[in-house]
Amino acid sequence: MSMTLLEATGLRRHYQVRAGRGPFGAKAVLRAVDGVSLSLKPGRTLGLVGESGCGKSTTGKLVLGFIPPTAGTVRYRGTDMPPAGTPAWRALRPRMQMVYQDPLGALDRRLPVGVQIMEPLAIHGAKSPAEQRDRAAGVMAAVGLQMHQFDRYPHELSGGQRQRVVLARALMTEPDLLVCDEPISALDVSIQAQVVNLLLDLQDQMGIAYLFISHDLKVVRQVSHEVAVMYLGRIVEQGEAEDLFARPLHPYTRALVSAIPVLGPRRERLLLQGDPPNPVDVPSGCSFHTRCPFATAACRAETPALRTLPDGRQVACHRVEEPALQVAA
Amino acid sequence: MTAPLVEVTGLTVDFERDGRSSRAVDGVDLAIAPGEALGIVGESGSGKSVTWLAALGLLPARARVGGSVRIDKQQLIGAAPKVLEGVRGKRIAMIFQDPSSCLNPVHRIGWQLVEALKLHRGLDGAAAEAATLRLLDQVGIADARRRLGDFPHQLSGGLNQRVMIAMALAGEPDLLIADEPTTALDATIQAQILALLASIRRDTGMALVLISHDLGVVAENVNRVAVMYAGRLVEEAMGQDLFGAARHPYTQGLLAALPTLTGPRRRLAAIPGTVPEPGKAPPGCAFAPRCPLAEPRCQSEPPPVRHVGLMHRAACHLQIDVGVSAWNLPRAAE
Repeated sequence: MSMTLLEATGLRRHYQVRAGRGPFGAKAVLRAVDGVSLSLKPGRTLGLVGESGCGKSTTGKLVLGFIPPTAGTVRYRGTDMPPAGTPAWRALRPRMQMVYQDPLGALDRRLPVGVQIMEPLAIHGAKSPAEQRDRAAGVMAAVGLQMHQFDRYPHELSGGQRQRVVLARALMTEPDLLVCDEPISALDVSIQAQVVNLLLDLQDQMGIAYLFISHDLKVVRQVSHEVAVMYLGRIVEQGEAEDLFARPLHPYTRALVSAIPVLGPRRERLLLQGDPPNPVDVPSGCSFHTRCPFATAACRAETPALRTLPDGRQVACHRVEEPALQVAA
Repeated sequence: MTAPLVEVTGLTVDFERDGRSSRAVDGVDLAIAPGEALGIVGESGSGKSVTWLAALGLLPARARVGGSVRIDKQQLIGAAPKVLEGVRGKRIAMIFQDPSSCLNPVHRIGWQLVEALKLHRGLDGAAAEAATLRLLDQVGIADARRRLGDFPHQLSGGLNQRVMIAMALAGEPDLLIADEPTTALDATIQAQILALLASIRRDTGMALVLISHDLGVVAENVNRVAVMYAGRLVEEAMGQDLFGAARHPYTQGLLAALPTLTGPRRRLAAIPGTVPEPGKAPPGCAFAPRCPLAEPRCQSEPPPVRHVGLMHRAACHLQIDVGVSAWNLPRAAE
């Protein structure tokens, strides 16, 4: 299992925008994703967390080739991902699928869900209608839908059932990789647990790898083997899921983890000042220095690289090894 | 307990549509003491927001509201518009999930704050401007004087929520109803806003109703918690009792369904099935179709709300013992 399924190296996605008001404002570059590298093994889950605008969804789309990167490469099973839209890319697409946050937006309201579940096979598999229907029945059972729901329309199903339909559709082509972008954020608490358990069961049974994008740290911890934390287009910390949340090292990760309200006894909170900076105007040096309680002159001047510590944790922080920071933790 | 500030008794809300009516709130009883923080938890459609919109007369005409909501001795249900205008904003203020859609996009925030001050406190001119700056300072907006000239779209979500809170504080209300105030915000900003609400309560002694689907948010910010399901109150207790010793199968299920941030990872105990659609709640206990312990009488008779401990009420036919979870009993294994 040591073979890498997906490897992204130095992914960047920059957008030309107008920084000033109106169409005559000065041109500026929005660095949505600015040098992200990640790798994923078969059957494993990498969680990608961060606040809105940190580039986690853009990273998901870059990985699948939905948008072309400004720089960087994506390799799938050791070979370069072909450019989007080419026949070679189209041939790879059944291997990797995307699941979005809003199932109602991802489904066609005017088609029965069964037809939508079969559609990927009609596009990619070219199987006979009877075979398509058999396979649809199989994946519907796998995601906990009943056959009588085959002819229902999306509005006739509940939110949780709709997300199961979206999952069933993604599973039709037996993918190796699912990129899940906030797949349960739109669901109620009691339904979230159903879908989380379903995702874990499907991984067990089918060996699917997930790139699991979410702002919900508790859910990410529940489903991920490894977790990467993003801030303003970069990964600032990455490590094994339980360890990362038990012992966050980067000041941003620490603030993020401490900001999550919990049921148990209240913990010490590292409250950040201010809002995240505008991604058009990313601060110099470490982009977190404007909100970091430990920032020094070096942090303002020099961008910290993502380094691997002796215990395997990856952190992009100049000061992470200093005793002063450990004490403050 | 001291005399309640606000007392809700037997509140019902029915929505009429196409000649049929569906019940969104079904006999809710709640009381809030002066200065207290009450959390209301529930999934979508549980009636947690509608309860308070009904109390303030903010529902559309096709909603029929019954029961009673009193602030001090003043009845609000069916009260004249003049009476409600004197209560809204002045006695009870409300803030919502999405601040940018509640602020007027074509007016500067300074203008909007002055409007609120004029309406609730009769301030004008220099006095209003001074009060506006004080309010912005109170909600932690730096450089307040420059911000007065900004439009809502120029501010971030967190700043807009602070402006909303400032506007709600303009009338110096006795009770603030915060309906999912941080759901649209990022985690680090959510922590800032919740800390702000706590400090305002410390300074002013204002009571708070915090409506949220996030049990963690509620656990950390209130004294007492009420859980709603399908328009009914199913359990109410002090925070530590509710989160430590829940007695209703639904509350127990909700708690077991939550992933945690610490400790070993275990498989989540998912509640099977889905929330009933509005107006289609079963005749008995609304949770019966999903409850692992449901008996025949649960299907037919609505359970009474009973005291199960000190300041602890639950609406369940089966009086589950302290420390027992409905989801660990043998029957739940099916």
